[in-house]
Amino acid sequence: MSDNMNLSGRKPEGEEGFSLNDDRRVRVLSPGALVAKRFFRNRLAVLGMIMLIVMFVFSFIGGLVSPYGQDEQFYTYEYMDKDYAGVVQNDELRYTTAEGKEFGSLLQAKLMLARNKGETSFVEKDVTYEFVAEGEEFLSITADGEPFAVASKDIVTSVGDELSFDVKFGALKACELGETSFEAEDAEYTMDEEGNILKDSEIVGFVSRFVVQPAKNGTVFPEDFKEAVALAIEEDASEFTCAAEDGTENTYKISYKPDTNSWLVKQHEETYVYDRYSKPSKTHWLGTDTNGMDMLTRLMYGGRVSLIIGFIVVIIETLIGVILGGISGYFGGWIDNLIMRIVDVFYCIPSTPLIIILGAAMDAMQIDPQIRMLYLMLILGFLGWPSIARLVRGQILSLREQEFMTATEACGISVPRRIFKHLIPNVIPQLIVTCTMSLGSTIIMEATLSFLGLGVKFPFASWGNIINDVNNAYVMTHYWFIWIPAGVCLLITVLGFNFVGDGLRDAFDPRMKR
Amino acid sequence: MKKFIAKRIAFSVMILFCVSFIIYALMRCLPGSFVENMAMTLSQAPGAKPFEEWLAQLNANYGMDKGIIPGYFVWLSDAIRGDFGESWKFIVPVTQKFQEVIWLSFAMGGIAFLLELIIAIPLGVVASTKQYSKLDYGITAGALVGISLPTFFFATILKLVFSVKLGWFDLYGIVGRNYAQLDSMGKLLDKANHLVLPIATLVIVSVGSLMRYTRTNMLEVLNSDYIRTARAKGLSENKVIYHHAFRNTLIPLVTIVGGSLPNLFAGALITETLFSIPGIGWTSYQAMIAGDIPFSMFYLTFMAVLTLAGNLISDILYAVVDPRVRIA
Repeated sequence: MSDNMNLSGRKPEGEEGFSLNDDRRVRVLSPGALVAKRFFRNRLAVLGMIMLIVMFVFSFIGGLVSPYGQDEQFYTYEYMDKDYAGVVQNDELRYTTAEGKEFGSLLQAKLMLARNKGETSFVEKDVTYEFVAEGEEFLSITADGEPFAVASKDIVTSVGDELSFDVKFGALKACELGETSFEAEDAEYTMDEEGNILKDSEIVGFVSRFVVQPAKNGTVFPEDFKEAVALAIEEDASEFTCAAEDGTENTYKISYKPDTNSWLVKQHEETYVYDRYSKPSKTHWLGTDTNGMDMLTRLMYGGRVSLIIGFIVVIIETLIGVILGGISGYFGGWIDNLIMRIVDVFYCIPSTPLIIILGAAMDAMQIDPQIRMLYLMLILGFLGWPSIARLVRGQILSLREQEFMTATEACGISVPRRIFKHLIPNVIPQLIVTCTMSLGSTIIMEATLSFLGLGVKFPFASWGNIINDVNNAYVMTHYWFIWIPAGVCLLITVLGFNFVGDGLRDAFDPRMKR
Repeated sequence: MKKFIAKRIAFSVMILFCVSFIIYALMRCLPGSFVENMAMTLSQAPGAKPFEEWLAQLNANYGMDKGIIPGYFVWLSDAIRGDFGESWKFIVPVTQKFQEVIWLSFAMGGIAFLLELIIAIPLGVVASTKQYSKLDYGITAGALVGISLPTFFFATILKLVFSVKLGWFDLYGIVGRNYAQLDSMGKLLDKANHLVLPIATLVIVSVGSLMRYTRTNMLEVLNSDYIRTARAKGLSENKVIYHHAFRNTLIPLVTIVGGSLPNLFAGALITETLFSIPGIGWTSYQAMIAGDIPFSMFYLTFMAVLTLAGNLISDILYAVVDPRVRIA
């Protein structure tokens, strides 16, 4: 434009001091200033410019201002019901053996066999075991006259020190026979209605038919826990409280599971979790996302990624397009033919499906997210250059026939210099317009790929992969702050590029009246 | 004319040959894990052949035991005979699956395209006749907003408003829950109901470019000398615009519309995927994600053919419609 056009805007200043043919009466505008003037008259273009500036500041400066990091995760305390213990009602005989004795499974089987036959004794390894059914579900077993074991469906649990076999035996027997007291080891024990074993009115243990097992290994139940569970089951309560070692009262929920004939105890406890999908607040202006990261900060970094990808892709496209288009247009002949056939072929390659396939392949190869981003830019750039090459070639074809090119030839300027110094600058207006527009479409393309999960990957943010969360219908309907802001950012940026591109196209067009 | 068309067709075939070769080479360069995964799954079926045999068989089936160039010719000779192999993902011949899904895409694309024409051309003409008026600004801005809207974002907003909040349409799919109980008229209406949102998305997102194209071309015509002559003759403004200007705008319009006719078959990859519409777009998306090489090859080739056909049609139309264009 600068070489062959000499446009000047004339504007009488109305200053009477100068003579009529004084140059100072005429304000001469350079072609660039004229373009700028036309551009700034276009309201849409100015609006687009403002939108772009806002988005650039938001993305590139916002990230620096934001107190949070791109992938900083936030935590919160949340009350949750966690599985704490399982309770099963015991309905088979369990054996409690005397100290130092063992009642193995072979003996148990023999005992059952003998009992079913109606016998009262059996022999195993020269030892005669005798057993007496003292109650319906209570067998006391002696080996060679010595008390050996008891079989019972009830279970004695010690509170504090482990109770001796004698005491357990006594307690089980008393429980079975419905007695309220028994004697063992020269001491008097009493039993209360809840099955507690009292010695000198102090609880030393209790008898119950429930087996309580921790849901997680290593859980130590509080002192009265099993009792409280038994009580709750008996009373058919759904909730009970129990004091922990340190004296704090915990609330437990208990529910019956008919299929396994067991109870599940859940502890209502405070847990430290990721602050997911928290509502917008003072600390997080746009809430937090699915990983507990600050949404606003992620939007800023996402904008950075989207814009940088857009720019790099367009730079790659333009470089290839201008070089090939320039060469093709200047030389013509078979070079032109060859390059244009390559352009035709590239034009025909369906880019969106191809990028999706490559994205899926990169998924399969599990490429590092950072390298993947690089590949994405290369692929997008490499597929996008043909239209620019066509544009440049077309312009150069008409430009090279003009007089100033004959002049450069007459001056003996070298061919590369002629192409890149004298021809390409004349294509730049159209090039800028096309690049601005294709920045917008590249950003949409990248966002679409990231939305499908084939573009920029976690932990990097991009506006597309932020919106990706709406694939979860619950997020879409309940957490507007996750995806609407990202979409609006995307829309504003692309719209800004399109407005500016449109404004530039009009401004560069010398035929425009305004 | 005949010579021109024949030349163009021969030329298109050459390009198609190159494009399909590039696509084939690319697919072959992808990690072999796709075929290996396939063989792995097949060999795990009860009573199946061992993995190595399956791998060898699959490779032989798809010409992958050969080098890229001989393999390409194997693929090509099958493809020319209309045999694109069997889809891995859908376990039916590729062409059969294609015939099942293409008509839905075509119907969707056709309706959307008609609506685009009905909306875009009048608005573009109006905008150009009242250049720089508020209406023109509004239409231009609206067109640019449409172009700038990311499909997936706009579709999600539509879903939120019309499916979730208002409950007028279903979120996904082409048929409703009680489709089986409906009579044939009800079935048609049910499908139509499910196509409303996808078509709305397609129209809004793509109407802008046609509108701008109309406006630009109409402006060009309105600035030409013969329009000045028509006005100087004292013709009414209506006659000038709709008789003299619009007819000449039709030249570029017809070529671009004709050129985009083959695209009606292309399906809308993103929109169909978003709404789970079982057209060619969504089907091939699933195939591509699953690494279904036969189907992907077919789809990519098909798309290339459509692009070439579009270019061909618009070139021919241009020569037919505009008497100034002389065919060399």
